[in-house]
Amino acid sequence: MTVLAQPHLDTPLVIGDREFQSRLMVGTGKYASNEQMVQAIDASGAEVVTVSVRRVDLDRSKDSGVLHHLDPSRYFLLANTAACYSADDAIRYARLARAAGFNEWVKLEVIGDQTTLLPDTAGLLEATRVLAAEGFRVMAYTNDDLITALRLEDAGAVAVMPLASPIGSGLGLLNPFAIRTIKHRLSVPVIVDAGVGTASDACITMEQGVDGILMNTGIAAATDPVRMATAMRLAVDAGRLAYLGGRMPRREVAVPSSPTTGMLA
Amino acid sequence: MAHLEVASAGLEITLNGERRAVPASSTVASLLDSLALDARLVVVERNREILRDRDSFSRVELAENDTIEIVHFVGGG
Repeated sequence: MTVLAQPHLDTPLVIGDREFQSRLMVGTGKYASNEQMVQAIDASGAEVVTVSVRRVDLDRSKDSGVLHHLDPSRYFLLANTAACYSADDAIRYARLARAAGFNEWVKLEVIGDQTTLLPDTAGLLEATRVLAAEGFRVMAYTNDDLITALRLEDAGAVAVMPLASPIGSGLGLLNPFAIRTIKHRLSVPVIVDAGVGTASDACITMEQGVDGILMNTGIAAATDPVRMATAMRLAVDAGRLAYLGGRMPRREVAVPSSPTTGMLA
Repeated sequence: MAHLEVASAGLEITLNGERRAVPASSTVASLLDSLALDARLVVVERNREILRDRDSFSRVELAENDTIEIVHFVGGG
């Protein structure tokens, strides 16, 4: 059970015109087997699950699609445009994904560089404008730059997805200040996407007040993905509740927790 | 006679980037059948145009040098 199932603790995650039951979203790539992927996603408690559009492998078409293993009535399929290096490519992939008939949503990626997989923010803005005008619900993967995040919101993104650190790096949240600033300034939900390597990274990220996290490698590349998926679910809940609970102020001197009066003479 | 020769030679199309021979009067539906693909789980693009209506697959005939892309969802983040 996630904390979202306990209404006295948290409100639902609302993005665009939809309510989601978990603040943890997960990818489906890089698992050792489809069975392991299914178990890990189940353990994560995620509702939103990302998938990629690719050519059917004509030599082994029967078992290569992920939909043979994921029930679209249980999970909300969020197609990504991973590995697209131009706005035009990303738009083409988004349209193909929509034609699959599940929903109007896309996790938009326009990548600018193969080594860092950092976003091409100019291409991202252009693709966001085009797709939002076509009725897509665009969740835009971007860097942790406030100005780009603001422009993406203006361009019609329903959520902005700044990175914690580069895709697949597992370096954790490198710039909490930038992420907090983006969260404070945007009206649309902020979902941190990419870079979370272990449960403490997820918890610290959620403690910044963001609305959710999307991760793939942090779970899929763990030694035991099912245990790590469980840890990530708990960490996202813990970080969210710690944020809502409001941490105590930091002090540089000790303050006793026990009474200083009533001591024996 | 010339007509028969063309018919027996079938068509050549580009399918997911590969040149492929398919029987004359193939449709998108018969192509998917020959590949054992479930039409509900794939998206078909013909000459850069997405075929949105799956019911049309049995009516859309392939033409010489068509460029067909058949895509589906795979694991990704």
